[in-house]
Amino acid sequence: MIAKILEATGVTKRFDGFAALTSVDFTLLKGERVGLIGPNGSGKSTFVNCLTGILAPDDGSIIFDGNDITKTPAWLRARRGLARTYQIPRPFRGMTVQENIEVPLRFAVGHTSAGTISEAAQVILDQVGLGEKADLSPKGLTQVELRKLELGRALAAQPKVLIADEVMAGLSESEVDEILALLNRLNAEGISILLIEHIMRAVMLFAQRIVVIVAGSKIADGLPDEVMQQEDVERAYLGE
Amino acid sequence: MSGQALSAPELRKPAPVSGRSRTGLAIVLIGVVLLAATMVLGSHIGEYYYLATYTILQFIVLGTAWNILGGYGGYVNFGTAGFFAIGCYTTIILNKIFPMPLLFEMLVAAATAGVVGLGTGYLTLRLRGVFFSIATLALAIVLQTLIVNWSFVGGARGVYVIRPAVSGIFVSYAQFLVVLMLGLAIFAVVVAWAVEKSWIGIGLAAIRDDEAAAETSGVPSLRLKLIATTMSGALMGMAGAPFPYYVTYVDPATAFGLAIAVNSIAMPLVGGTATWWGPVVGAILLGSAQQILTVTISSAANLFIVGVLLVVFVTVAPRGVVGIVRGWKRGRK
Repeated sequence: MIAKILEATGVTKRFDGFAALTSVDFTLLKGERVGLIGPNGSGKSTFVNCLTGILAPDDGSIIFDGNDITKTPAWLRARRGLARTYQIPRPFRGMTVQENIEVPLRFAVGHTSAGTISEAAQVILDQVGLGEKADLSPKGLTQVELRKLELGRALAAQPKVLIADEVMAGLSESEVDEILALLNRLNAEGISILLIEHIMRAVMLFAQRIVVIVAGSKIADGLPDEVMQQEDVERAYLGE
Repeated sequence: MSGQALSAPELRKPAPVSGRSRTGLAIVLIGVVLLAATMVLGSHIGEYYYLATYTILQFIVLGTAWNILGGYGGYVNFGTAGFFAIGCYTTIILNKIFPMPLLFEMLVAAATAGVVGLGTGYLTLRLRGVFFSIATLALAIVLQTLIVNWSFVGGARGVYVIRPAVSGIFVSYAQFLVVLMLGLAIFAVVVAWAVEKSWIGIGLAAIRDDEAAAETSGVPSLRLKLIATTMSGALMGMAGAPFPYYVTYVDPATAFGLAIAVNSIAMPLVGGTATWWGPVVGAILLGSAQQILTVTISSAANLFIVGVLLVVFVTVAPRGVVGIVRGWKRGRK
């Protein structure tokens, strides 16, 4: 049996009485590629925020790489190898593109020499196709490039698990393929990936397993083809 | 949240950025030259010039201290006067119960204001943006109310402080105060420069830009902010400690004065908040302008010029003098 790298049990989150997440169970195996889908406002991002420590769940527990991280602060989760991107890109706008990448290299990985950090940052920038933009301000980047920067900053943390929150929204078909190829490469290197995505073509191509969240509850979890044929999933997506 | 046992690699601190120590040395050298100049000038210049210089130096310290949290980390502290007053009243209290040389009083003031900084930071730094600023303003008001009602330190009446005799190497107490404040200003600027270039400064810059993104990049934001409030508070307290000897009469209205809080924000904003030299430039610029206006027009014009310059800079040059210089340099390239 393959070991679990990330396991959430009974994760519940309420905002002033509104149940954003109701007892969600979720597992990610080592080296696995999982797609998380659900309509807008179904609680996907809230779930990611609970996993990464941006929000504290009201109930439930999260185990990462054998440790209970339910109460671990976000920065420590990042250091331990749980990285994420943000749905709406959140670059450090006062820094250059390369300096953005250097923050996790310094803080999450713990590199100390400026030379090592700079070299590692350039490798990552080339990997995500931003090598030419290293000295630019993020203000000069396009939406696509900003998403690549998000991905690059998450990669710089040398994660064991990468949570990609809608990194492909607004991208052209060829750009989606480009990102998918990158994610597949990373996965081949051993990083487990949770992909939150609306572009179904990408999810179906990428995911080995699909989890569906609707109105804060998990309604399906299984092989992509089987999940997509499930009646309640169809209903949630296409209506009655 | 910090109750967790940390394994060795998690405790590993990222090291400072290397290869820039020349700037630090330059700051110290300039400071030594200025100190020597002050000693040589001796009684060749009038007492007024010493007192005016002292005020400007005091604001270099306050602006620099404010900038560590406000400029680098983006957390605007409205309570500078509170920390400054902690320094003042530490001196007054020590004078009453356990008199000691001013230098030691400054160290005690640093410790007291630093602890208050750490404490308020812990209580308020979970608040973001304007809520944090309001909390710091509240802190200053609470402290002022406390002092006003505490007759041991003079209460609302205020208290007189007698200057001790000055060592023979100084021509006057005013000269001694300038030398002392110059030393503190150099220290504060070197600290700010070191913070800016170190992992603390890089982490604070990430927090200023986007705190959640910083956290997910491994930046321990609460810890860094607490380091910043402690250092910032301690430096403000140190700036306040010699103040009773400067004015010789302290009352809460002076120690907690509006001018202190406003100037400590205005000077870094006018100079530029992103670098260590911004607050220095801002303090020299605004501080000198205030002194000149006070003697040529009236002392009431003093805060007026701060207001005008602040409006001009915020609208025309939001990055301050630092931003103007950088833009000019880029233009030449």
